[in-house]
Amino acid sequence: MKTSRRDFIANAGAAAAAMHDLAHAQASNQEHEHDHSLVPSDPALRVKSLESLLVEKGLVDPKALDALVDTYEHKIGPRNGAQIVARAWVDAAFKKRLLADGTAAIAELGFGGRGGDYLQVVENTPKIHNLVVCTLCSCYPWAVLGLPPIWYKSAAYRSRAVIDPRGVIREFGLELPEDVEIRVHDSTAELRYLVLPERPAGSEKLKEEELAALVTRDAMIGVAKVTLPKPGGQA
Amino acid sequence: MNGVHDMGGMQDMGPVQAEKNEPVFHEPWEGRVWGMMWLGSAWGKWNLDAMRHAIERIPPADYLRMSYYEKWLAALVDLVTGRGLATRGELESGRPAAGSAKATPPVKAEGVPALIARGNPVKREVAVAARFKVGQRVRGRNINPQTHTRLPRYARGKVGTIERDHGVFVFADSNAHFQGEKPQHLYSVRFAARELWGEQAAPRDSVYVNLWDDHLERA
Repeated sequence: MKTSRRDFIANAGAAAAAMHDLAHAQASNQEHEHDHSLVPSDPALRVKSLESLLVEKGLVDPKALDALVDTYEHKIGPRNGAQIVARAWVDAAFKKRLLADGTAAIAELGFGGRGGDYLQVVENTPKIHNLVVCTLCSCYPWAVLGLPPIWYKSAAYRSRAVIDPRGVIREFGLELPEDVEIRVHDSTAELRYLVLPERPAGSEKLKEEELAALVTRDAMIGVAKVTLPKPGGQA
Repeated sequence: MNGVHDMGGMQDMGPVQAEKNEPVFHEPWEGRVWGMMWLGSAWGKWNLDAMRHAIERIPPADYLRMSYYEKWLAALVDLVTGRGLATRGELESGRPAAGSAKATPPVKAEGVPALIARGNPVKREVAVAARFKVGQRVRGRNINPQTHTRLPRYARGKVGTIERDHGVFVFADSNAHFQGEKPQHLYSVRFAARELWGEQAAPRDSVYVNLWDDHLERA
């Protein structure tokens, strides 16, 4: 497509003005104020209208939309990542492959594709703690953790994870000793990171599936550690 | 673009607030917007880099005010009309223009697993020489393009070390503007936290950034 940048921006501006909430965003408010009565302001209604237009134009199949949403609500999520972590804890050869070539090792468990085309696994140790962020947008390892939580996409997290990682991690309830080296990974390309947390002490007798059940999304982003359930807590 | 989206190192954005038992989507419309962005991109009119740039172009005050999927909605409208999938008139009326051709076939439900598996392959098996070697010291270039760039402001002018060469990748900065893939080497560059933030940072901490050849110069 040979659209010049100027045209592209001009088109984009016109398009945005067409959605009347965006009239606020891209043009002066007052100029477009009168348009507001013409369209629903509720995003749900606007999205419904957009969807019906795209469906009528043959651009989007609503059943494909259902299937996509269902997949990420029910099938692709942090349980994928937890399986990888648990496998690495019990299988030293797999762990070695995982750290050397995350994409290939993770494909052995059947995970990959969107948001996981290129995966790098970074290992936490008693002396090194890894933390993942996307300061520029919301890049996240969909294939192994599903879609990101709101906090991961928030201005607070994106701005501070790189300059104040200890402070951010502390807000999640984890105090890291001063002698621990923190490595923050800013996801500025299509590489996606998965943190391999430390296996908790006292978990030696647990089976792989039991270990996987302990692994949390937050531990695989690097804002938490994996811990054993407190005695007398869960059955 | 030195936009508000380039947030690394900003302060006073408040505490990080995690929600317990957060659902994947808080409202059904969020999933529809998210899915339409993906299915719409299957027509090849835009790529992920262009999508990110569409979000970045939301004016700063609105960018900070809008929810995550409101931003996606704004970007989707921008892309759908700007890239010719629908006209502004059609969006206003909510109906296809009289006589407009119907696109076919869209991605069907049974095609969704393949769509997910296909991913976003942006690694290119082409022979492009790497400008830098693992272990070499490099500096983030002092560039301030008004266009899309994946070189965050906090890394510009700063010296780091090439930790890994990931091979040849599509260059997001040009791809976002449909100006070609400009394939080149992509690296992990390690910046000491003190190089980025000064003495307030812990001495052994670091930030790893994925940067392309065009983002770097010899230090």
